[in-house]
Amino acid sequence: MAFAAFSSTAAPSTDPVARRRSPVALFLLLPGILYLVLFFLTPLVSLLLTSFQAPREFGDIGQYDYAFRWQNYVEVVTTYWPHIVRSFSYALAATFFALLISYPLAYFIGVKARKWPLLQSLMLVSVIAPFFISFLLRTLAWKQLFSDESFVVQSLKALSLLGPEAHVTGTAFSVIFGLTYNFIPFMTLPLYTTLERLDVRYLEAGNDLYASPFQVFRKVTIPLSMPGIVAGTLLTFIPAAGDYINASRDFLGGTGTQMMGNVIEANFLVLQNYPSAAALSIILMTVILVIVSVYVKRSGTEELL
Amino acid sequence: MAVGAFADRGADLELVGIEKRFPGFTAIENLNLTIPAGSFFALLGPSGCGKTTTLRLVAGLEDPTNGRILIGGEDVTNQKSFQRPVNTVFQSYALFPHMTVLENVAFGLRRRKIGDPVAKAHEALLLVELDHLAHRKPQQLSGGQQQRVALARAIVNRPALLLLDEPLGALDLKLRRQMQLELKTIQEEVGLTFLHVTHDQEEAMTMADTIAVMNKGRIEQMGEPQQLYELPKTAFVANFLGQSNLFTGPVVSTTSTAIAVDVSGQKIVVPVSRAHRTSGEVTIGVRPEKLTLHAESPSHDADRNVMGPGKVIDVSFSGVSTQYLVSVPGVDTLVVFAQNTAFGPAAHVGAEVWLSWNIDHGFGLDDDPADAPRFEADLDTKTIAQQRRSSLRAELKEA
Repeated sequence: MAFAAFSSTAAPSTDPVARRRSPVALFLLLPGILYLVLFFLTPLVSLLLTSFQAPREFGDIGQYDYAFRWQNYVEVVTTYWPHIVRSFSYALAATFFALLISYPLAYFIGVKARKWPLLQSLMLVSVIAPFFISFLLRTLAWKQLFSDESFVVQSLKALSLLGPEAHVTGTAFSVIFGLTYNFIPFMTLPLYTTLERLDVRYLEAGNDLYASPFQVFRKVTIPLSMPGIVAGTLLTFIPAAGDYINASRDFLGGTGTQMMGNVIEANFLVLQNYPSAAALSIILMTVILVIVSVYVKRSGTEELL
Repeated sequence: MAVGAFADRGADLELVGIEKRFPGFTAIENLNLTIPAGSFFALLGPSGCGKTTTLRLVAGLEDPTNGRILIGGEDVTNQKSFQRPVNTVFQSYALFPHMTVLENVAFGLRRRKIGDPVAKAHEALLLVELDHLAHRKPQQLSGGQQQRVALARAIVNRPALLLLDEPLGALDLKLRRQMQLELKTIQEEVGLTFLHVTHDQEEAMTMADTIAVMNKGRIEQMGEPQQLYELPKTAFVANFLGQSNLFTGPVVSTTSTAIAVDVSGQKIVVPVSRAHRTSGEVTIGVRPEKLTLHAESPSHDADRNVMGPGKVIDVSFSGVSTQYLVSVPGVDTLVVFAQNTAFGPAAHVGAEVWLSWNIDHGFGLDDDPADAPRFEADLDTKTIAQQRRSSLRAELKEA
């Protein structure tokens, strides 16, 4: 229920029945716990340890020893701070545009199209349909569409909307465009699920109490769809911040649009500088964790987590 | 009236030739209605009769297919709902779940930029005796409390017209009675025009100055509660507002003051002043509490109609009164309410009885019995069970 997110009296965690530790419950939880330890906790610890490794003396490229070399962090931040800033600003922009496009779409499907269930399902399917085609293929297709010889770019140049030497691929625009495009379904679906349950009688009550349609939207619809907004923005922002496909030179990016994901990839696979890659990953995770917890706290939807 | 200011008093509501069609059916056909300022007006009818649609049209939540709506003489037909000087207490209350009680009540004031909304909201909450819960969320309140918040949220705006959409439907009987009195008191105190939509005839009769009984998108009859009860115009009104015993028969003789109707061989007299039709086939009726039970054939009295003999088929005790069902051959089952002034029932099941009533208590309906089929009374389950049993017995006898 969407409104559960607003009540502070939910979560009856002090229920004595739930409190009682039963060996059966622990036994049933065992596979899950094992899974988490094996596939989440172990790699995380390993990653943390790697991030403090020091290069082996007289060793080859890619040979490191366990140490406590915290300078790794200072080095990656001083070297890659533009990428870090770029990652979060691109992700933020993409989240903003995805929300801007998805909200009206989700509102239409979830509220306005209630009278026509067939249209509702058709539109939902068309939101999900792109998932049937590989993410890489779709992004490559956009690269073609935005390439210098493409019809779109040629037309824009013919209309003098683009300079003769201008490109679309390899710019911040095309990377943000790609991120926005690829994450729109992740924004639309959670928004749709909350808006689909929105009780229009609250909107009528707002209208009845002298609120203009815009005021009703701002004072009633937005607060009531907050759980969906938070879920959608998190589902977009978190993966977008770590994305390395869209910004990659093989896809929509260029040398000046590299994000953290690209740097981590390069350090790990090309330079074989594992400690730097690990340190960057840890930084990425920590910053996302901080941003998300502040955001969730401020929007008052802690119960979503 | 401008939306930016409080209404200093209630306003007239006028509906002119309102028609509302939805795809597939007509909810309201040609409705003309004037509600004078400061009155407590009830729109009474069964579910699906178009009363809630009427309310939504006045609130501006639906647009009429045809006709005009005037509030205080001003045509508001083309105004959006947020521009109309009208507030609604919704059946579902529709309190905003993301706001406190206080913010819910202050919502309308803030939208209209009226000074000091918080103090005014507190005042309104004091009026409904809920100020101590001002900082709770609506879902933390009971149904009755939510209902009072919804009322406060509406009246705090001092609308020229307050619309109530079955606001007491979700409450239990005792709380409902209490809220009915409170609503009536508040209406008299603030002097607003109330338009109350309900399917509860008792609620309408206790609270409203004027009742309009609605059926199938039309107003059947309109008037003061007492007038509607004593002199119903149609079989629908006679049975929807309380219970009635109705008889059909031809008029056999007419004098200047009364008509006599032949009901299965028994002559029943109704005053002309209380009969809507005075010739041909007519339907006449009398209220159950006006009937008197007699154990023996009563002596002839020019002032009283007599019917009988009949057989008591059911007796049910309900505290203040006892309800008897009397089957009179050739007529139908009659309902009698007798005050419990003496101990024990006046008649037992199976007893032979006569019924009489003062001729001034009868009424004649406007319905043409030919084109208005005999209305099936809203019987309680006990009566229905009783009828089933007797019909079953009859079947068994035949077999």
